[in-house]
Amino acid sequence: MATTQASEQRLRAVETTAFAGVFTREITLFRRIWKSSTFGSIVEPTINLVAFGFGFGALVTSVQGIPYVQYIGTGVVASAILFSSVFAGMYDTYVKRYYMKTYDGILATPVDVPELFLAEAAWIAVKSGIYGCAPLLIAMIFGLPPSWGMLAVPFIGMLTGFGFAFMGQWFSGIVPSMDSFTYVQSALVTPLLLLSGVFFPISGFPQWVQSLAQLNPLYHCVELVRDAVFGWDPRSDLVSVTVLCAFAAVMGALAVRVLRKRLID
Amino acid sequence: MTLTPPSAPALQMRGVVKTFGEIRAVDGLDLDLTPGTCLGLLGPNGAGKSTTMRMLTGQAIADAGKIRVLGHDVPRESKQARARMGVVPQRENLDEDLTVRQNITVWATLLRVPRRSRDAAVDAALDMAQLSDRAGSKVLTLSGGMRRRLLIARALVHAPELVLLDEPTVGLDPQVRGDIWTLVDRQRSAGVSVLMSTHYIEEAERLCDDVAVMSHGRVIARGTPATLVAEHAGVEALEFFGPPARLAQIERTVQPQGFRTRRTGPAVSVLRAEALPLGMVDELGDGTRRAANLEDVFVLLTGEKLED
Repeated sequence: MATTQASEQRLRAVETTAFAGVFTREITLFRRIWKSSTFGSIVEPTINLVAFGFGFGALVTSVQGIPYVQYIGTGVVASAILFSSVFAGMYDTYVKRYYMKTYDGILATPVDVPELFLAEAAWIAVKSGIYGCAPLLIAMIFGLPPSWGMLAVPFIGMLTGFGFAFMGQWFSGIVPSMDSFTYVQSALVTPLLLLSGVFFPISGFPQWVQSLAQLNPLYHCVELVRDAVFGWDPRSDLVSVTVLCAFAAVMGALAVRVLRKRLID
Repeated sequence: MTLTPPSAPALQMRGVVKTFGEIRAVDGLDLDLTPGTCLGLLGPNGAGKSTTMRMLTGQAIADAGKIRVLGHDVPRESKQARARMGVVPQRENLDEDLTVRQNITVWATLLRVPRRSRDAAVDAALDMAQLSDRAGSKVLTLSGGMRRRLLIARALVHAPELVLLDEPTVGLDPQVRGDIWTLVDRQRSAGVSVLMSTHYIEEAERLCDDVAVMSHGRVIARGTPATLVAEHAGVEALEFFGPPARLAQIERTVQPQGFRTRRTGPAVSVLRAEALPLGMVDELGDGTRRAANLEDVFVLLTGEKLED
């Protein structure tokens, strides 16, 4: 029967209704907590920008032909994106799964595991795209000239945020307890940050480290943001977009796999 | 077919097995729920009630057996089944930072209540749970009973055909428990099918049309509360209080005559007391007659206690 076929098709795909349900829930919650959430996400990168921009900027006037304040201003966009995505994915997902049992509730409604975590990652990605713009606006106060390419920054932030949100979700499903997140932070997040060109160019590193950086999604995010602001480099930018898409796809698959195991007996 | 013929069971389980490592949590379970009735799963902790509930929503996947819910094969078509079910979990998981209304509205979206009828559905759910005047309050400020009513209202916002309640009144005051019973009873009266797990005898006796006694992952007896009692525990029990020596003496007197007894704290009950010979009743001395109940049935059948 036609109805049966239609409903069976709906079963397999990610349904927009289910996605929208979870996404709407996030928006409703955000309306309650946006002040504290936004404060942290904007103030921290701003402090980084100002501290490095002026502290370090006194020693280094320009990097790769870009005034240091502008170099760091565009770099901090990436760190803002990273922090607002990976930690949200990690902590929020863990708390909702383990302590609040939120997912047990949602999975008893017509929402499946992939829809649930895709929608939550999408919401984190949207926030990351928006929060990522904050350092850019502040850098403009300090003399970063506006450019049309800047309009692409929220989208770069979303794409990067998707991957890191999924990565956070994945970690939330494999750690034995929340204490383990400190390992993730020291052993993974910090190296990713330092090996991305946010604060200083990676050209100072040995060649093999530079090659390794090509695998760092955050490096590609930084590249894209700088190119968006200072001028596109189509060939390498296309590579960066491809890497970020692949990163999000792989992390999404891993997150859904491990969380399904945790949530479905 | 996605439509359920009127006579088809609201849910059906056949030979369902679910193991966790070495433990067989559900072990060859057969279960049917007649539409528009309330079926109680009665059993102690660890009898497999919660696992059974989770399998019905596709949140636990059976190792063997067949499960159909509202005409859908589960887990294959679990999502369609879930769209027509309301699930009230044992462990509360409300959004504490949101208001009462927001909690229900979020669930209305998840449960696919069409946008144009969403507000009306939320209002109806608030009204049913008697939470209309607290609609704007944050969940954090609610009492335990209100939170439980909200948990139920949230699950009923899309007017489900089948409601699963996992230990709906565990940990509540007796008076609050009564409010929850009213809420559940109203659903049943409206023709909704209800599956409820409980380890409270009184709850099962008051709300359930049908009771399935579960032990070690299987149904060991099934029937209306009255039939189960009549069949397994007779009409009445004679209950004696006293020091251990006296209780032991009572047991020694009646057991050789084929009467079963059970201890509850400082008391012993002689079951099927209506059949005791008069002479023996005199010999036993002062006891209290009480009606036989489901707990007697449970203890007779399983040798286990229900409530701690």
